[in-house]
Amino acid sequence: MHEVMFWGFAGVALAAALLCVTRRSAVASALWLVLTLFSLSGLFVLLDAQFIAAIQVLVYAGAIMVLFLFVIMLLNLGRAGPADMRGWLGRGVAALLGAGLAVELWVLVRIVRGGGFAAETAAFPLPPGELGRVQAAEGAVGMLAEPLFRQYLVPFEITSVLLLAAIVGAVVLAKRKI
Amino acid sequence: MLLGPALGVSALLFAIGVGGVLLRRNAIVIFMCVELMLNAVNLTFVALAQQLGPQGQVIVFFVMAVAAAEAAVGLAIILAVYRHKESVNLQDVNLLRG
Repeated sequence: MHEVMFWGFAGVALAAALLCVTRRSAVASALWLVLTLFSLSGLFVLLDAQFIAAIQVLVYAGAIMVLFLFVIMLLNLGRAGPADMRGWLGRGVAALLGAGLAVELWVLVRIVRGGGFAAETAAFPLPPGELGRVQAAEGAVGMLAEPLFRQYLVPFEITSVLLLAAIVGAVVLAKRKI
Repeated sequence: MLLGPALGVSALLFAIGVGGVLLRRNAIVIFMCVELMLNAVNLTFVALAQQLGPQGQVIVFFVMAVAAAEAAVGLAIILAVYRHKESVNLQDVNLLRG
């Protein structure tokens, strides 16, 4: 059951990602990307990351994609121009390089799953299913809050400064006259 | 055990994102492909967090915060370029070409 749902979500995510890349219209691309993000959040639930899945839907599919759609409609890019994609040579090169990268990463994953990494896989600190039990004991939020506010407190505070800088930068860039 | 399949799916998603960046000319769509790559990496983090402890999921938080900041600033830059050039096609943005 677990595996069936995993492959279902994974298939939807991959198909929607392919459509997102190949649709000419920017709005269609954005909507297919939203579907990819939703299926990824389903995958996160299956991988014992319930809170990350909720944040994925709220922040990514909710906030960031609305920002993208807003800009697309603000600039009136709903209809794709003829030069929106590269020519056939460019398409071939892009497909070739993408496929090459996929093969490289796939080989890397095979090595990780197969021989080379097996000794370290045995040495993983958590046995399979342990994270789910930790989550059941501490709660989905509690499990993340502990390391976030102890071990990673300084990066967390720096992130807030980064967000402030991004807000100020976006306002300065988008204003016509300062 | 879904670690291997999750890593494979994430590899394919990342490759699709790279292909999109190479394929498209519309700056906004290229941005969306970058978001796709960030999400593929998030999937890797979450899959490995199952074996290595919840710290991996904390890193996903930071990736999401950086992605949100990047989207805000990047879209502001695209707006500024559009105001200047009346286009978001990257072929029209060639100010530094000799």
